[in-house]
Amino acid sequence: MIKLRVNGQERPFDGDPSMPLMWFLRDELGLTGTKFGCGVSLCGACTVHLDGQAVRSCAVVMSDVAGHSVTTIEGLDAHGNHPVQVAWRNLGVPQCGYCQAGQIMQAAALLAQKPAPTDAEIDSGMAGNICRCGCYQRIHAAVRAASKGA
Amino acid sequence: MTYQSSFNNIAVTNVSRRDLLKGVVATGGLVLAAQFPMTRSVFAYATGAADMPHGVVTDPHVFVSIDSSGLVTILAARAEMGTGAARTALPMIVADELDADWSRVRVKQAPGDETTYGNQDTDGSRSVRHWTQPMRQIGAAARQMLETAAARRWNVDVAEVSAQHHEVVHTPSGKKLGYGELAADAAALPAPALNTLKLKDPSAFRYIGKGNIPIVDLFDITTGNTTYGQDVKLDGMKFAVVARPPVVGGKVASHDAAAALKVPGVEKVVLIPGSTPPAKFAPLGGVAVIAKTTWAALKGRDALKITWDDGPNASYDSKAYRAMLEEAIRKPGKLERNEGNAEEALKSAARVVSAEYYSPHMAHVTMEPPAATARIVDGKCEVWAPVQSPGGTREDVAKLLGAKPEDVTIHTTLLGGGFGRKSKCDYAQEAVILSREIGGAPVKVVWTREDDIHHGFYHTVTAERIEAGLDSNNKVVAWRQRSAAPSILSTFAPDPKFPANFELGLGFVDNPLNVANLRMESGEAAAHARIGWFRSVNNIPHAFAVQSFVAELAHELGRDPKDFLLELIGPARIVNPTVTTKLWDYGEPFDVYPIDTGRLRRVVELVAEKAEWGRKLPKGHGLGIAAHRSFVSYVASVVEVAVDDKGNWSVPRVDTAIDCGFAVHPERIHSQLEGAAVMGMTVAKYSEVSFKNGRVEQSNYNDYPVVRIDESPTETRVHIVPASIDVPSSGVGEPGVPPFTPALCNAIFAATGKRIRSLPIGPQIAL
Repeated sequence: MIKLRVNGQERPFDGDPSMPLMWFLRDELGLTGTKFGCGVSLCGACTVHLDGQAVRSCAVVMSDVAGHSVTTIEGLDAHGNHPVQVAWRNLGVPQCGYCQAGQIMQAAALLAQKPAPTDAEIDSGMAGNICRCGCYQRIHAAVRAASKGA
Repeated sequence: MTYQSSFNNIAVTNVSRRDLLKGVVATGGLVLAAQFPMTRSVFAYATGAADMPHGVVTDPHVFVSIDSSGLVTILAARAEMGTGAARTALPMIVADELDADWSRVRVKQAPGDETTYGNQDTDGSRSVRHWTQPMRQIGAAARQMLETAAARRWNVDVAEVSAQHHEVVHTPSGKKLGYGELAADAAALPAPALNTLKLKDPSAFRYIGKGNIPIVDLFDITTGNTTYGQDVKLDGMKFAVVARPPVVGGKVASHDAAAALKVPGVEKVVLIPGSTPPAKFAPLGGVAVIAKTTWAALKGRDALKITWDDGPNASYDSKAYRAMLEEAIRKPGKLERNEGNAEEALKSAARVVSAEYYSPHMAHVTMEPPAATARIVDGKCEVWAPVQSPGGTREDVAKLLGAKPEDVTIHTTLLGGGFGRKSKCDYAQEAVILSREIGGAPVKVVWTREDDIHHGFYHTVTAERIEAGLDSNNKVVAWRQRSAAPSILSTFAPDPKFPANFELGLGFVDNPLNVANLRMESGEAAAHARIGWFRSVNNIPHAFAVQSFVAELAHELGRDPKDFLLELIGPARIVNPTVTTKLWDYGEPFDVYPIDTGRLRRVVELVAEKAEWGRKLPKGHGLGIAAHRSFVSYVASVVEVAVDDKGNWSVPRVDTAIDCGFAVHPERIHSQLEGAAVMGMTVAKYSEVSFKNGRVEQSNYNDYPVVRIDESPTETRVHIVPASIDVPSSGVGEPGVPPFTPALCNAIFAATGKRIRSLPIGPQIAL
């Protein structure tokens, strides 16, 4: 039996320990804000926080998260008003929206580590997250707006 | 065609909410269903909406309801894939004409049902251009019914009352009634006489043309509270993945499911019958694994042992095929357009310049891979799917099941990107087949990224050759262009091996250049893969070839590329091409949406001015320009490229000017064109799906990369040509992509002297 915390709640799991965390979140907990995009850590749509660090939940398996704490987009802020979420809305970032939860989780982790990133640090910090609609200009601006360097 | 305000033929009738909105709108007092008769004259200007399947012919309906609290519910009948048209811009138009307070409006997604809602095929950059006028009329009719209800309540002349921002005011006395208080009375009234419909004066618009309404799903997107096709979950739902034939037209020769069935969680292995092209959107067939979780299904699929019979496309090889296409464009082809006598003019030209261009297959790689969920209960089938054509999906599923369309319900989820891939509902049909196989229980078919890239409906592959004849004054007097590309028609009908008119009109025979002797030919090209629409479609290769070649000629003649482009576009005029098959003008009436070189010139001039064409640039930088009309809009782009001494390149700045007629939602137009620059850059830099032994060689974002934030254009500036609401709105979602690639390649030439004639650019300019 694997136990982990997801958005502050203890969650048991007794299935295949090699199953990626993403499928546990999506299929078993119904936390579908974490998106399936590539399955192999190439697109970032499934980004969550593992003990505060941004990770691709498609590449973290259940045995790795035993005893750890996971935050998904649903748990980022109780009212959906994390500064990154607010900046995203103020700048009208999304188009289709599918990648945006992963982008927001990545940005939140980036700013937690580097509250005042340079432009290059924003770009390198966000480079693992693909947006096929091409919202990058606004993603960059929203990260900047949510940063201390805004 | 005259631009008259005539709404005399629109039939707006009250309908019972119970009859028409069952299960769609939970509460409401006022419900309107507008039925458009077959004539086009109901609109101030005609559009192709009337000629769409179930368009005007079967009376499209748009629904509004208002409950007693004043909450206005507006149905979105088309699919939302990220442009903001379906769920934001169109309902916003209704709300504005209704003079509703947007904060008291909610948008509900209608199911797939074109008999009720009219055409729902969200494709071809059509939503706003076809639905702006009907939406205005619906909103205006609802507003006038509320006004009439208030006038009766107060026993005053209706001329003394006016709807103002969610309430109706009696002007002389200042009395007011909220929309919610009037909704029931308004619903009981007959519809206003059609010649009394009064559209708002544009000066009174609150939302239309303002760009002040965020997309309706914005909050939910930022909090993860959204349901895309991949996210659907029903009680008792099974999860399925499918091993599909690696070659189109291939079949399962034999399979052994023993190991797959031993994977914990795997419940059943099902053979899906294959389809032989042309199969429209029928599933490819294969072996499906149905399991308790996606993960178990994936592991089960890995454990399958399958022998494939690859069929007739097993030798499809992109390298060999390219050579065939290039052979086809080096000899005379099928005549598609002929002005003057290009053959003679080339022979007598002082000089002939020629070049060949190549654009490969591409895959859409929407962020959300395809997925669909289906269940069948008591002969009624329900499907939840991210489909661009909810009505078309309903028809295809009904046909598959041998059921009546009314026994099929399509719930349109949000689409995590569409770009044309989700116009084809093969994945929804798979879910239906699998649900039927397990007694109707709900089942979700999940496509992985690899499935998506291996089993797409690919952007066609194109070889193109242009020859220009110059006279002794260096004037272009002849232009002969040959193009060879497998046709989308091959997906629907026996392969014609030549393009259909709706492909020829995508930037080929509609070429607006002012050359007296102009000849367009198609080379033969058989399809060996599923060919489908990809955002902008054939406009991408045609714009790449034409706009690159114009810049090549400019260089050859020592001319400024922008000045030379304007010279070749020629004076402002309407171009009416002499074609061999009927000109397809994006399905629009040509008189309303003509090929207007004045408008093309204007976007070139605007973008040149805004981009400060000719501005001084740092060493290693170059500017390129290109212009293209597509989806009856006009776009010109200036791209600045920076190339370092190792041949690494980046794009510091893009300027894009668009003339899309009246700009209904300028902020979303900016967003679309910012995105088009990124997608255009991906097309140029990376995109290539190649086949070997009939199989796609790429599989995920590692070998089919897309542009990421650290390489995307640093700044994209969008410039919209101002236009009043009398100028018919035209496409926005697609027209931004085609000019980007040639503008970029022209910039690379300006910076490096290296001419890109084959896409993708890949390592071609690396040193």
